[in-house]
Amino acid sequence: MTDIKERRNDTDGLPRIGFYICHCGTNIAGMIDVAEVREYVAALPGVAVSRDYKYMCSDPGQELIGADIKEHKLERLVVAACSPNLHEETFRKAAARAGLNPFYFQMVNIREHVSWVHEDKISATEKAKDLARAAVYRVRFHKPLDKQSVPVDPNVLVVGGGIAGIHAALTLANAGKKVTLVEREATIGGHMAMFDKTFPTLDCAACILTPKMSAVKSHPNITLWTYSEVAKVDGYVGNYKVTVKRKPRYVKEDLCVGCMECIEACVFKEPKFADWFNQGLGKRKPVYIDFPQATPKVVLIDPETCIQFKTGKCKKSCAEVCDRKAFDFNQKEEFKDIRVGAIILATGFKVYDAKRDPHYGYGRYPGVYTALEIERLVNASGPTSGEVVLRDGRRPRAVGIIHCVGSRDEKTNKWCSRVCCMYSLKLAHLIKEHSGAEVYNFYIDVRAPGKAYEEFYDKLLSEGVHFIRGRVAEVTDWNMTPEEEGRLVLRVEDTLAGFVRRIPVDMVVLATGLEPRADAQEVRRLFNIGCGNEGFFQERHPKLAPVNTFTDGIFIAGACQAPKDIPDTVAQAGAAAAEALALIDAGHVELEPNTAHVVEEECCGCKSCVPLCPYSAITFDEAKKKAVINEVLCKGCGVCVAACPSGSIRQNLFEDAEIFSEIEGVLAK
Amino acid sequence: MALEQKIKYEAERDRDFAQWVVTQTGGENLRHCIQCGICSATCPLALYMDYTPRRLINLAREGFKKEVLSSFTIWLCASCYACRVDCPKKIQVTDIMYVLKRRAIRDGVYPRRFPIPVLAREFGRMVFTWGRVNETLLVIDLFLRTNWFRFLSMTGLGLNLMRTGRMSFFPDSIRRRLELRKVLAALESKDEFRDWAGPVAQLLDEEVEP
Amino acid sequence: MMKYLYYPGCSLKGTGKAYEESLLAVFRALDVELREIEDWNCCGATAYMSVEESKSYALASRNLAIAERENLDVVAPCSACYLVLNKTQKSLQEHPDIRRHVTQALKAAGLDYKGTARVRHPLDVLINDVGLEEIARRIKSPLQGRKFAPYYGCQIVRPYASFDDQYNPETMDKIIKAAGAECVPYPLKTHCCGGSLTGTLPEIGLRLAYIIIKEAKKRGAEAIVTLCPLCQFNLDGYQGQIAGKYERVDLPVLYFTQVLGLAMGLPAGELGLQRGIISAAAVLAGR
Repeated sequence: MTDIKERRNDTDGLPRIGFYICHCGTNIAGMIDVAEVREYVAALPGVAVSRDYKYMCSDPGQELIGADIKEHKLERLVVAACSPNLHEETFRKAAARAGLNPFYFQMVNIREHVSWVHEDKISATEKAKDLARAAVYRVRFHKPLDKQSVPVDPNVLVVGGGIAGIHAALTLANAGKKVTLVEREATIGGHMAMFDKTFPTLDCAACILTPKMSAVKSHPNITLWTYSEVAKVDGYVGNYKVTVKRKPRYVKEDLCVGCMECIEACVFKEPKFADWFNQGLGKRKPVYIDFPQATPKVVLIDPETCIQFKTGKCKKSCAEVCDRKAFDFNQKEEFKDIRVGAIILATGFKVYDAKRDPHYGYGRYPGVYTALEIERLVNASGPTSGEVVLRDGRRPRAVGIIHCVGSRDEKTNKWCSRVCCMYSLKLAHLIKEHSGAEVYNFYIDVRAPGKAYEEFYDKLLSEGVHFIRGRVAEVTDWNMTPEEEGRLVLRVEDTLAGFVRRIPVDMVVLATGLEPRADAQEVRRLFNIGCGNEGFFQERHPKLAPVNTFTDGIFIAGACQAPKDIPDTVAQAGAAAAEALALIDAGHVELEPNTAHVVEEECCGCKSCVPLCPYSAITFDEAKKKAVINEVLCKGCGVCVAACPSGSIRQNLFEDAEIFSEIEGVLAK
Repeated sequence: MALEQKIKYEAERDRDFAQWVVTQTGGENLRHCIQCGICSATCPLALYMDYTPRRLINLAREGFKKEVLSSFTIWLCASCYACRVDCPKKIQVTDIMYVLKRRAIRDGVYPRRFPIPVLAREFGRMVFTWGRVNETLLVIDLFLRTNWFRFLSMTGLGLNLMRTGRMSFFPDSIRRRLELRKVLAALESKDEFRDWAGPVAQLLDEEVEP
Repeated sequence: MMKYLYYPGCSLKGTGKAYEESLLAVFRALDVELREIEDWNCCGATAYMSVEESKSYALASRNLAIAERENLDVVAPCSACYLVLNKTQKSLQEHPDIRRHVTQALKAAGLDYKGTARVRHPLDVLINDVGLEEIARRIKSPLQGRKFAPYYGCQIVRPYASFDDQYNPETMDKIIKAAGAECVPYPLKTHCCGGSLTGTLPEIGLRLAYIIIKEAKKRGAEAIVTLCPLCQFNLDGYQGQIAGKYERVDLPVLYFTQVLGLAMGLPAGELGLQRGIISAAAVLAGR
């Protein structure tokens, strides 16, 4: 049974409204008397058609709406059913198909909001009537709106040239997109380039990474800008304008072929300065290259240590010997602008500063190292050619590896850094292999969750590495027994055995955890995304949207989102590339029209709204002295609308008339 | 060889014990313990304890009240606070030791032959009576009650202290002793221990073997 | 003239007499007034808290209530007293229910507790209020060539490290250096001496004291300088027994106030130097 009024005058000059109440099987009809609501609404002013149906979202249900719109010349549509989250789009599309502007539609939730939360049929039905009436009053004031469509620039910016950035850039480039890869250091490769072997396969890190690095360099679709940083980001999803600062190497990148004769010729006969790549364990000259496989293979000069820059008086033998004439001591930093549609942040992590745990003696005792320093030590191309030796050249007879340094600790970092147990096992294996020393791993829990990780743990057990479950209290050099004389002593409770032990070693390796980069907050503000309370970049949803951010068009991948190992990093990089591709290949972005706009004549130029917008969508036009909202950035949160003292900001779908009429409708009886 | 059966049944647990500790001052973070063992590793007395601090926390958390309160561990704590400072979960281990000491006295389940609870009691009595503690008298009192032989072996130290003028045989007293007793008496009903002399009286009535 | 209230604690009137003597002498020479808190009572140290909770807070806060009457900071040289008084302030702040009981109990005896008194350590006062420059000006006979091991003990840096670093405190090192002597690098600065356990369980206490003294000797120290009367007693009083059980490691144990006093030219008798069981005379004379 339905109620139909045929002509417009039957609706008292008000726009003709079609009202549909869904049974949703028994989900709604079981608690609400749908017939009663239908009849009640039919009698309301402006309602031309009032129907009920078992499943409005089904094809027949939608067809019913379409047929009614055409036949009965409906001008507004109200559906009382489930949550708009489920079917608002469905009914909007149904209206659009029948030629009615989709934003003339209002949905009423009588399932989650009424049927599912009531136990009494009478009060449930009354509430359903109240809500339906409110929607009917409101929908009269709806305006026809259009979804804005913005084209998407097909180019992509990838920030960070570690394994995440490299993989994402290659994936996108292989899909035919033009990628600009910006890396802060002079070479790509990130932390992975510093590792010796990777767990659990013990693949040589450089061997698996360098082919990808070369691929990046030679790919026609990738523009590689190393020794560069992003300085400014403007724009919005699909239309970003990014300014990149290129730092001066004092060497022309396109001329240098990486022969490294200049390094040989440098007036410094011996390398003298601590090199970053070897974690300070090795030395370099003022003109240097980070490591032999650095990509691009271009040397650079450090102005802090180069005599020419410090005193102006150097014979510049480096430049003399270069037959490519690649040196340019007057090179300045350059700013370059690029336009991209999507940005992927893959800026990686920072290693925990072991000095923050003074009881482990890092920086005080020369025998205490961080894990990354040991990676360089065991690496055949490292400062000691892979020999595991102490700073004074001695070989350690015993090595202690302390897990969870700067992790799982309320005093420093609360989180588990996820990779340290595995890399500690790896280092235990490598150290034992290279030096034959007795190796002790001091752990709290062994976390080996990945594919083939448990097998790796088992392998280490079979190699005779000591696994002592206990957090080390201190590393000290005072001895109690003759065997401890002259060595570093670790005091720990062997919790599994149940007693305290003192273990003398010669070398201590601190399994330092992963932290957000020191400038994570500055970087996230630059890109207008958020950070979680632990300081890592905030993903849109931890389970279902790990590579998206709350800012459309900006994606994150790798350790900058949370500590993770290489397999997960590569997977996330691929995921971020896929998301970027989805955005770009759609060609344009459709924006929900529930945005705010400033009625220029009414704006008094007070600027109150400008700093309030969480999406930085409001700017101030100094010439006109009026606020301007970029509707593409606007997410319709309503803060500016509420704050505007002159009431000159309006929000589509939430205009005053719409809201007040809805309130009136709820309260009228 | 006497075989000992070591199995614990759920019925032996005191199900409310852990929650009780959590409600006490300093026990708030008891449940957060990850059993890392740094407290035991840093404790200078751990090597002498029957249960290391970490193990004791585990036992307390699991409700093995009898083992916890009758352990030597709580009495061996020197209050050096090294455990609390190092704990990655900010568990106030030292304060938990105090909580357990007080409970052990109240319940009367502490190791009988231990001089330390005796010291605590005698200290308390001296403070209640005089308001101040005379170390010499306290130590002599302690040894007379617990270990005559030790007392004799301390004569060397005693003579040294006398020689250097660091010994005094007169109890040092505050003037307003009654004022202090009023303060302490006003708290009689507030503490879990009704009367400091109450549970202590239990201690007094026992034979304390040397 | 700088003025402070002074809380000696039971030890400084007994086995720690030399600490009080040297402290008062040094502060007097620095024109800093230390006035003993009127009718102060025992703070309870570590013993009382083992028996009663609220009562031990009340015991400590009676002193604070008396001190609050004057608007002066309190100097508490004994580490245990320093910790107990500070801990009491903090605990009463953090636990309003205990605070209520304690303040009511104090009121019953006519005492008012507001928690406004600041309890400070003499090292804190020397470094931060008097200042090293002023101290340097008063040094008359620097202890040239003397090598000392600075031993801080536990309760001054744990659990609250308010005026010095928790793992590697240096305020006392600064005083020793100001006195013209050298501080040997010493890894056991805050290692526990055993506290009251040395008296009750000598097997344990002797070992802990032995470790501390032996390491100091190994590092080249001629004497240990400390700031806690119980530490001084444990390290000084049992060296004979240590010799019997382990090995002879005679090392005099001085208070930092004695070291500073000597460098300021104060007579040894005023500084209680004769009270050390292991005599420091030879070391101080450079023999």
